[in-house]
Amino acid sequence: MPDLTPDIGAFVSIEKNELQCIFDALKKDGYTLAGPTVSNNASTPGEGAIVYDEIETVEDLPIGWTDVQGPGSYQLQRRNDNAYFGYVVGPQSWKKFLFPPQATLMTVRRENGSFVVESQAEDAPRYALIGVRGCELHALLIQDHVFLNGPYIDTHYKARREQTFVLAVNCTEPGGTCFCTSMGTGPKVGPGFDLALTELDDIFIVEIGSEVGRMVMRSVKWRPSGAFELQTKRTALAEATKSMGRTLETSDLPNLLYQNLDHPFWREVGERCLSCANCTMVCPTCFCSDILEVSELGGAASERVRVWDSCFSMNYSHVHGGNIRPRTKSRYRQWLTHKFASWIDQFGESGCVGCGRCITWCPVGIDVTESIDAIREEV
Amino acid sequence: MLNTITAPTTPLFDTPPMFAHPARVTAIKDEAYATATYEIEFEDDDLKQHYAFRAGQFNMVYLPNIGEVPISLSSDPAKTGVMGHTIRYAGNVTRAISRLRVGDTVGIRGPYGTAWPLERIHGNDVCIVTGGIGLAPLRPVIYHIINNRSDYGRVYLLYGARTPIDMLYTEQFEDWEAHGIEIHQTVDRADESWKGHVGVVPMMFYHLRLNPKKTTVLTCGPEIMIHFVIFEALARRIPKEQIYVSMERNMKCGIGLCGHCQFGPTFVCKEGPVFAYAAIEPFFGVEDF
Ligand SMILES: Cc1cc2nc3c(=O)[nH]c(=O)nc-3n(C[C@H](O)[C@H](O)[C@H](O)COP(=O)(O)OP(=O)(O)OC[C@H]3O[C@@H](n4cnc5c(N)ncnc54)[C@H](O)[C@@H]3O)c2cc1C
Ligand code: SF4
Ligand code: SF4
Ligand code: FES
Repeated sequence: MPDLTPDIGAFVSIEKNELQCIFDALKKDGYTLAGPTVSNNASTPGEGAIVYDEIETVEDLPIGWTDVQGPGSYQLQRRNDNAYFGYVVGPQSWKKFLFPPQATLMTVRRENGSFVVESQAEDAPRYALIGVRGCELHALLIQDHVFLNGPYIDTHYKARREQTFVLAVNCTEPGGTCFCTSMGTGPKVGPGFDLALTELDDIFIVEIGSEVGRMVMRSVKWRPSGAFELQTKRTALAEATKSMGRTLETSDLPNLLYQNLDHPFWREVGERCLSCANCTMVCPTCFCSDILEVSELGGAASERVRVWDSCFSMNYSHVHGGNIRPRTKSRYRQWLTHKFASWIDQFGESGCVGCGRCITWCPVGIDVTESIDAIREEV
Repeated sequence: MLNTITAPTTPLFDTPPMFAHPARVTAIKDEAYATATYEIEFEDDDLKQHYAFRAGQFNMVYLPNIGEVPISLSSDPAKTGVMGHTIRYAGNVTRAISRLRVGDTVGIRGPYGTAWPLERIHGNDVCIVTGGIGLAPLRPVIYHIINNRSDYGRVYLLYGARTPIDMLYTEQFEDWEAHGIEIHQTVDRADESWKGHVGVVPMMFYHLRLNPKKTTVLTCGPEIMIHFVIFEALARRIPKEQIYVSMERNMKCGIGLCGHCQFGPTFVCKEGPVFAYAAIEPFFGVEDF
């Protein structure tokens, strides 16, 4: 009996319908599958999007759909084939599973004139993330550095992240607002996945990334990928690298931004930006949060609830007697400077992975790549 | 962009980092208008024994059903077992604190943030410049200097407040002066009782003759005040490496996770609140930054 598990680092080919076997194996191992699916208002023309949700079978994937994206615009469209992953990223990101928009951190119960703090020892869900793109995997690693590198560690995030399975997908058709090539995060997925798929016309090439991924492949009918298949994959990725909807010149960005904190551009963009915070909500790396005190009836107990916050929100920089950034222009400057400059000082890497979400989902179509260009131009 | 002061913080608790620990208010002392000092002790004996802070650090003070705020430690760092917090009633949480009585329980986690560089400045003259509630995070410095008086040269306290009733710790001033701390006070608006200076704190530099080579300036207060303090200090040729400032930003977590306290490349809760001025100079005073 030959060994039925491919090695880590190996490329194997599977028929498309074998993807369901991967799903089944993951489910059997106790994973909850989370993946792209078409939102239920998609039948109304102009509405709908590809969202991330819990899924059961490959039927739940947006098979045969694509998305057309531009600044401030997003449209679902039918493809003329039945590609499983023929779209890019939608308004949501994986952070909603690992760093949920709302999470109870602890419950505080009043007792005998004092109080006890009870951990919200949730059984952290075990997610298998299905269809993680290169930029998105990078964003996961960036959030790891924020939450797990200490000295204080986000235990809530850690519990979920540790047991996450990543089924990545190489992008072969970048979208209109993508610029991962510029940011060095795609279209090919980097390290950190368990399995990575490349979709060809009638097969998937699967790259084995980890021991866990290897074990999953035991339940799947695979064969070593042929030279022609691997060549097709390489060509597709090379093409994708060159067909980004956007580009961004990243050289010396921190200095560029720090030295232009009083550039007239900030005022100009401040007049267009609505301070709606969309860009920060859709961004896969943005990690700011607020902590709310939610009292139970009668006040005998209360919960400390962490919710997503944004540097565009009113209270974000409130200090008694004032607000550090009362105007939109200073908030936009904070956001852009954080993404492309101070993040590098803080964590040794850029806070932007070039996924393009903030461009697509800005109601007035403000485009980060244009913002940087505008600041660069007059230097 | 490294602060030359490194964070002394290592986690004290092995519970999840945002857990508040029950602590009792053991004494309350009115200090000034709408301001009081709370002495607080952990209920848990082990915590009480092991908790130690350094001058300039802060705790997160939590009231169940109300919320949590960052508050500096204002007591003597050499006195273990008890934490002093001088709190001015400003808004929601601090007003609820004003209703606390001795024996009530609050939640405490900390200590967080960087400390004043007290060891590094041995042998130096120390010029403490602050206004109003800003003296609270600097009182531990004064205690430390008094406890180790021979480690420091001349020590000045330039202290301003809006009005005489906004001044903290005035009944301790005599004792501090007895330990060779030269105090220069000023108020923005005087009342009949006030015999001292009227004017803003930075102007008090004009009363001193400082030796710029061996003087360290420690300052905390509204940013506009700090701005002028730095201006006056630099004008006296005190090198920017010898000026330390404590910054204030909105804080939700105190431990570098929530993002709120960002000031340029720094998290004030982690790399601050005490900064070497030289480290933040490019960003200090940038409008709305
Ligand atoms: C490092 C540090 C040390 C501090 N030390 C002291 C001290 O020793 N004594 C003292 O009286 N005050 C101190 N403050 C200020 C104190 O934290 C605020 O007065 C307090 O947060 C106001 O909260 P509130 O709910 O009463 O007011 P509100 O105006 O109702 O504030 C609402 C919320 O905004 C935030 N917030 C408001 N003002 C501030 C502020 N100035 N700084 C940070 N967050 C703020 C808090 O999360 C607060 O709960 C310190 C602040 C910082 C950052
Ligand atoms: S800043 Fe915009 S393009 Fe960059 S990672 Fe965030 S959402 Fe994506
Ligand atoms: S840049 Fe666009 S998406 Fe971001 S806050 Fe402004 S209007 Fe909203
Ligand atoms: S207070 Fe949360 S990151 Fe500093």
